[in-house]
Amino acid sequence: MSEEKPKRMSIIASKGALDMAYPPLILASTAAAMDVETMIFFTFYGIDVVNKKKYANLRVAPIANPAMPSPVPMPNIIGMLPGMTALGTMMMKSMMGKINWPSIPELVEICLEMDVKMVACTPTLEMTGLTQADLIEGVEVGGAADYLDFALDGNINLFV
Amino acid sequence: MASIAITPDEVADLKGLNCPMPVLKTKKALDKIEGGKILQVDLTDAGSKSDLPAMIKRTGNELLEMTEENGVYTFYIRKKLA
Repeated sequence: MSEEKPKRMSIIASKGALDMAYPPLILASTAAAMDVETMIFFTFYGIDVVNKKKYANLRVAPIANPAMPSPVPMPNIIGMLPGMTALGTMMMKSMMGKINWPSIPELVEICLEMDVKMVACTPTLEMTGLTQADLIEGVEVGGAADYLDFALDGNINLFV
Repeated sequence: MASIAITPDEVADLKGLNCPMPVLKTKKALDKIEGGKILQVDLTDAGSKSDLPAMIKRTGNELLEMTEENGVYTFYIRKKLA
């Protein structure tokens, strides 16, 4: 088994909402634990997941989200009200806390520790006025060709 | 019950943790021990019953035995020789 070429997985993380930040990080860290060479390519809002100033405060919006857990069904008109995103985020974090789930910063740290290649998309950084210094230490920067070069040898390539 | 008692060299208590943490912490614990040594992992996450063997197989390690008692799953894993 160890003679084989290592398996490889790439994930494009394009979303910055709390619920959408988890799947890339969970899959990537688990893949790394399974000795899979793994890359997450952060682009567009996905950059928030590795943005020092933002990654601890990702949020989830109840509006236009019929699956949002809530004690009572929440019509969109209520989801529009100020404070509802904060409330929805608080509820989701409390549910995660109940099952001892790691936070986004914890998972980012685990991924880096396990040698997941974390790459932030250069045009997105330019567009949003960010530099590598705004990102978590250990996150590299790269472009589409960097992603493709890695993904062309991928056994699993996902877009989230 | 184990027909032959397995004596672990290390024990990792991962009770109360949910996916993906049991897999991640088991891997970390395996990385710390020497090849050929046996790691015992105790956990309560039912999903790990299939998750952990998948990771163990993919990393070339050996699952010696899995037991279940009062909602606690115990895995005995032999680390592969380097």
